[in-house]
Amino acid sequence: MIPLSNAKAGKQVKILSIDAGSGLQRRLADMGLTTGLNVKVVGSQRPGSVVLDVRGSRLALGRGISNKILVEPVS
Amino acid sequence: MPFIKTKNSITLALAGNPNAGKTSLFNNLTGSKQHVGNWPGVTVEKKEGSLKHKGIDIKVFDLPGVYSLTAYSMDEIIARDFIISSKPDVVINIVDASNLERNLYLTMQLLEMKVKVVVALNMMDIARSRDYHIDVDELSRLLGVPVVPLVAAHNQGTEDILNAAIAAARSDIKVEGIDLNYGQEAEEEITKLEKAIVTTPVSHLFISRWLALKLLEDDERIIKQFIKIGIAGEEVLRIKDKSLAHLSRVHGKEAGIFITDARYGFIGGLMKDILEKPPTEKKTLSDRIDDVVLNNWLGIPIFAAILFGLFQLTFSLSSPIIDWINSGFSRLSQSTADISPEWLGSLLSDGIIGGLGTVVAFVPVIFLLYLCLSILEYSGYFSRAAFVMDRLMHRIGLHGRSFVPLVLGFGCSVPAIMAARTIDNPRDRLVTILVTPLMSCGARMPVYILLAGAFFSAYQGLVIFSMYVLGITLAILLAWFFRKVIFKGESSHFVMELPPYRLPPVAGIFTYTWQQVRAFLSRAGTIIFLAVVAFWFLNYIGAIEPIGRFISPIFAPAGFGQWQASSALVFGILGKEIVVGAFGTMFGVSEGTLGATIAAQLGWTPLVAFAFMAMSLIYTPCVATLATVKRETGSLKWTGFVIFYTFALAWITAVAIYQIGSLLIS
Repeated sequence: MIPLSNAKAGKQVKILSIDAGSGLQRRLADMGLTTGLNVKVVGSQRPGSVVLDVRGSRLALGRGISNKILVEPVS
Repeated sequence: MPFIKTKNSITLALAGNPNAGKTSLFNNLTGSKQHVGNWPGVTVEKKEGSLKHKGIDIKVFDLPGVYSLTAYSMDEIIARDFIISSKPDVVINIVDASNLERNLYLTMQLLEMKVKVVVALNMMDIARSRDYHIDVDELSRLLGVPVVPLVAAHNQGTEDILNAAIAAARSDIKVEGIDLNYGQEAEEEITKLEKAIVTTPVSHLFISRWLALKLLEDDERIIKQFIKIGIAGEEVLRIKDKSLAHLSRVHGKEAGIFITDARYGFIGGLMKDILEKPPTEKKTLSDRIDDVVLNNWLGIPIFAAILFGLFQLTFSLSSPIIDWINSGFSRLSQSTADISPEWLGSLLSDGIIGGLGTVVAFVPVIFLLYLCLSILEYSGYFSRAAFVMDRLMHRIGLHGRSFVPLVLGFGCSVPAIMAARTIDNPRDRLVTILVTPLMSCGARMPVYILLAGAFFSAYQGLVIFSMYVLGITLAILLAWFFRKVIFKGESSHFVMELPPYRLPPVAGIFTYTWQQVRAFLSRAGTIIFLAVVAFWFLNYIGAIEPIGRFISPIFAPAGFGQWQASSALVFGILGKEIVVGAFGTMFGVSEGTLGATIAAQLGWTPLVAFAFMAMSLIYTPCVATLATVKRETGSLKWTGFVIFYTFALAWITAVAIYQIGSLLIS
């Protein structure tokens, strides 16, 4: 179990928990990011911030929020 | 908005995710018959257009781009309220075929509202290029609504979607929609709530199942409706609270999240039936571009290079056209100068032709600037720029999202300040509004071109670019200062979709650019024209000089303590381009020789010109901007704050440039 901010580019990860207020959680869900979902880390070029493939769309997350999302690698 | 529904008129609403191609479809449908205004009471852009198809009058409303229909953002509330209260005949839901799963989430919510929906399956070309096979007929069958494939960017399928929408509007078949099954526990609570809701007048608002779902999602707007009606409403809310407590015990998560999961669950099942993807997806061109553009070391330099290129291009392409316009106005002004009586000749040549000419000469610049900005926006680069800038913005206590309004500020502060609505955090939003006027808008360009051309001929591109850099730097410093001193507290997190890069549609780009240029021209024809004539009149009766002389001592430490400079600045508050028009009127020469005249008559050095350019950039924004600040913040206090802080900042900067510069030169 690692924070999303530490996930490597090109890896598939499963979202375990999102530690955010209900407003932000809901907004992430509206954009497709829900717990239990497998997502691919498309890029993590900038320290801590990531670009994810979420249900086919590219979602960019800043460092603040990607630190609060826990994931586990999917083989 | 009541519509008289006759057989031959239909109202359509376009709903869809941001970047799904709504604007392209709207342009394809309505062509030039568009009206852009604001939704009542708010400043979210409202676009409506009309067309006639097979003898039917069709009105089209372009709803704001949204991911969902909750009450979390103004855009979502507007889209939803329009569907509920204006009751369009058909909602055209535009869906990105290359990003179907996420896009269908909004579709599900529209279907749960049981309104007539026609799905426009857009970007079929991109889906095809990725080897996605979509079973359109099966999708239509599973959703229970017509699905029309199209490529809005190339105006393909527009006729088909129109026919499907008309057919849907005219059909009498009861709208089935979709009643998603949320599982036994939730369904029991929904039924309980529905029973309570139908006994209240709120049930007239909309279908009760939808209201019940919204209550379980803890939707503020719907809850307010129940609070408004007193005891009966309170009873419903009590049931809601019990249901929520029960459901979160059973499911281990908030009902709102649980509902979202259920919708995605349904969509996930549906996707298996209708979509075939290649087993391993090749890395898209978009991703490969992003590897470079978002790179930790290259991201910011690339962004800076793009901005620099944009201004170089704008400037070098427009300067021959500007020369051409200037010589035309110059000749025109000479031919009217001798008209008698003398005052009329002066009014025509110094006032109207001189003043307006200097302003009209900047149409090519405005045109090219907006063209470049809209290409960047359509191409998808803007959201990358926001992401790249997020870390830096975070450091000054702002959100990467604030960067989009700031960049739009290069065009015009008015839409830029309005764009700050996309920032959820109220503190971030206010700070963004306060510093946006520091970004150098198109109307400042005339001042730069005039002075940079006359005083820095070899380096004018660089000097103009330095003004933009100065504006950005001050905006960032001030934002940091405001965030540290006035608005302490966490800024919100960066979450943004990066749409795939695409070639901007030529027609759409030109439509947008033309709308902006037209707005500039109509401003030139009204406010600027009146201001220029008023200025000429005051100048003619000799009232300008005393005003200027009264103020000018303030600017002496900045090197431009002449009354002409002060007068131009005073009138520049009506619109920054008027600074140039005012000089034109005072010296009675047109733009072509104005720079040289200023140098000769006011005895300015390049240093003074530079300080004056900085002053023009930073000092009190134009009245249109101030009115927007007032409307957006709803506060006279903050509007007054903008007036004074920008003036003080401008004065300090101009004085610093002049004094430090003088020391360095000597």
